[in-house]
Amino acid sequence: MASLSQAAKLKPRSPVVLTLAIVFALVIGLFGAILLLSPATKPEIMDGFIRKLGHDPATWSGTYLVYGAGLALLAVILLTFGAIASSLTIWWELRVSARIQSRIGLNRTGAAGLLQWLADAVKLIFKEDLIPDDADKPLFRSAPYYVLAGFTLTFVALPFGESLIAADLNVGIFYLTSVTALVVVGILVAGWSSNSKWALFGGVRSAAQVVSYEIPAGLAIMVPILMAGTLSMQGIIREQGGWPWQWFLFRNPAALAAFVVFFISQLAEGNRTPFDLPEGESEIVAGYLAEYSGFRFAIYFLVEFGNVWVMSAISTALFLGGWQIPGVSAQDFADKAAAASAAGWFGVEALPWWGLQALSMLVFTLKTLLVMNVVIWIRWTLPRIRIDQMMNLCWKYLVPAGFVLFVFTLLWQIAADRLRGLEDTTGYVLFGAFVVGLALFTRQTLKNIRLVHGDRIDLTNW
Amino acid sequence: MDKLILRRVDQNSEEMILNFGPQHPSTHGVINFLVQTDGEVIRTAVPDVGYLHRGIEKIGEIVGYPGFMPYTDRIDYVAAMFANEGYAIACERLLKLEVPQRAQWLRAISGELCRIASHLVSVGTMTMDIGAVTPMLHGIRERESINDLIEELCGARLTYNYHRIGGVAFDLPEGWRDKALKFLDHFDTFLKEFDRLITFNEIYVKRLANVAVISREHAIDYGLAGPNLRGSGVEWDIRRDLPYGAYPNFKFDVPVGKGFVGTVGDCFDRYFCRMLEMGESSKIVRQALESMPDGEIMAKVPRKPKPEAGEASGRVESARGEMAYYVVSDGTDKAYRVRARTGSFMAMGVCEDGSPGLMIADLVALIASLDVVAPEIDR
Repeated sequence: MASLSQAAKLKPRSPVVLTLAIVFALVIGLFGAILLLSPATKPEIMDGFIRKLGHDPATWSGTYLVYGAGLALLAVILLTFGAIASSLTIWWELRVSARIQSRIGLNRTGAAGLLQWLADAVKLIFKEDLIPDDADKPLFRSAPYYVLAGFTLTFVALPFGESLIAADLNVGIFYLTSVTALVVVGILVAGWSSNSKWALFGGVRSAAQVVSYEIPAGLAIMVPILMAGTLSMQGIIREQGGWPWQWFLFRNPAALAAFVVFFISQLAEGNRTPFDLPEGESEIVAGYLAEYSGFRFAIYFLVEFGNVWVMSAISTALFLGGWQIPGVSAQDFADKAAAASAAGWFGVEALPWWGLQALSMLVFTLKTLLVMNVVIWIRWTLPRIRIDQMMNLCWKYLVPAGFVLFVFTLLWQIAADRLRGLEDTTGYVLFGAFVVGLALFTRQTLKNIRLVHGDRIDLTNW
Repeated sequence: MDKLILRRVDQNSEEMILNFGPQHPSTHGVINFLVQTDGEVIRTAVPDVGYLHRGIEKIGEIVGYPGFMPYTDRIDYVAAMFANEGYAIACERLLKLEVPQRAQWLRAISGELCRIASHLVSVGTMTMDIGAVTPMLHGIRERESINDLIEELCGARLTYNYHRIGGVAFDLPEGWRDKALKFLDHFDTFLKEFDRLITFNEIYVKRLANVAVISREHAIDYGLAGPNLRGSGVEWDIRRDLPYGAYPNFKFDVPVGKGFVGTVGDCFDRYFCRMLEMGESSKIVRQALESMPDGEIMAKVPRKPKPEAGEASGRVESARGEMAYYVVSDGTDKAYRVRARTGSFMAMGVCEDGSPGLMIADLVALIASLDVVAPEIDR
């Protein structure tokens, strides 16, 4: 009896512990798997592993089997990471939006509603696969897969850390812009095949929007490309430093402006408020999603929120220094890699290298989360703009701005070559200005909070 | 409209007939708009009302004078106080009753609180239709406080049934006055916060300024009422111009549209008039609480009033404009005819004329800025 009553006492706590355990295990497990597996694309490390098994990689017949297994495993892990990242983004967004709107938000399924995404996914999977009577069935069925492909393919060239990238393509950023364009194909197909006027509106709006905004986004991307002199994601990050004033964002006034242009364009490409016209709830009901339900709807939903992660990660890589750890130079990475290589990558001597990798992953993730929070914050603050305003903004302001920034950067690079210290000085000045701006913003925010009779910042009840 | 309905099946034209409703997130109830569009641009938008017709006016001829009061709540459930008050005033004129002073003050207080609650829904849903969800929930949060106050007063949060022919049902409960004043202190800061949050947001202003302009003459021709009329620059407020109840004793301004950010009579003017009116309502409630007289809250009314044969009308300034009741008596204990005139119905009339050339997103802004409530249109 005593034990029973004890169990009853512990009861309210156990779901909390269980939820936290599940979620943390998922997140840490996935990050750990990526940490371990993404260097696997380096044949060198694979060879080290095969040597550990007691074979010679050059002659052993199983070498390609091990290569293939490693890559397949990595692919599965990255896909899962995409799904989990998007799910946890949904959870985080719902919690944050609840706070912004003075609601409590998710708190039923698991601790703080942490498992809500799981419940939602299970529900959506079990729902009937509905296809409207007059829909174009093959197109209607296939549309979500374009969208999913456009999302998942980005993880091939999306960095997580110093050596943590599935494939460091030498056209990395170019590849990313091209595969994300697949999403709009899916949306357009969905809009057309649904045989619903609302869906058609959504599809056409989306096509107009995404195709338009890819131009300013592409032009803004040119700025960091010019500054780094490479298209490779890792190459662009390697050109930056760990400290904020070493980021591209602050090293060139045009880069700061380009970041704004890029960020706005990414919001538009990801159909996020204030550019959520394709699914504008209050105008065209749900746009291209109107006729979708069940698992197909879940895919759209997953991609939409997963794209928040992707766009934040790309911004981080291009402008915010990526995974660069403050105070750790490329030489440190090279030294540790040499030591690890000598130890066959998996010995005790290799641990500092793995540690640095984990640290770089942490830095990259934190920066990405920061950008992600800004995206969420914007979504729950701003209203939606109208379609003609959206087009005006793109073609009359962002595209010309993109060209100006591009030309300015060309000249800037010439000037930076001639004048030593120009970029460093700009870095310090712009970063200083940024810190001052942040301080002023914080002061105004605190003042605004005081104006509504000191509703204190309440971080309890999470 | 019949033509449009027929053309729903005509697929040969470049133009498209869109059924905007009856189930649509921004029609604020079951209203249908038959929208003829060329891409995003609207050729015409014809409102098709009547989905929520419940024959309330006919019920008024069946249930007897006091029995109709709860039904009036259902005419406009967002601002039920005014629907009560208009009917009560009409019946009192028919019965030639003198309403006690305290009851009139209570009517003013409850009415103005209800006006704030209704306008909060209006501006909140408007921001949501424009795409910002947060201000809506902030508005609803404040409305909850008002609902709590009104619940203490009359026991209901939505359909109040607070007014009676000859007075009101309940007096102020203990401590209510302090609670109301405390809320109003908070509410005045909330209005400023709301302005900072959304009213002067660049995107929001751009979406509403110069959109769906209803000119002064147009507004009068279509018989618009309340904030919709005042948004077009017409200074007309029943509370001030045809005073009733306790209103002659209070000082308040009547905000009119001045083209705050664009043209007089655009969506923003109608929106901002409501914002300003909330501040005025708060002033009125403060004054009423200050100068509250003592005394009875009900006149002496027989259980089954039998007014002499005749007719009377009661006009009040509802949150959606002028709400008028016209009651005809044939000398029995049941009304011969009850008729309600509501602001939303008039507002629907202007849609067809005001919509050509708008975009679909603008039509949403127009509907939201007219603040229509579906049951008030159809009754």
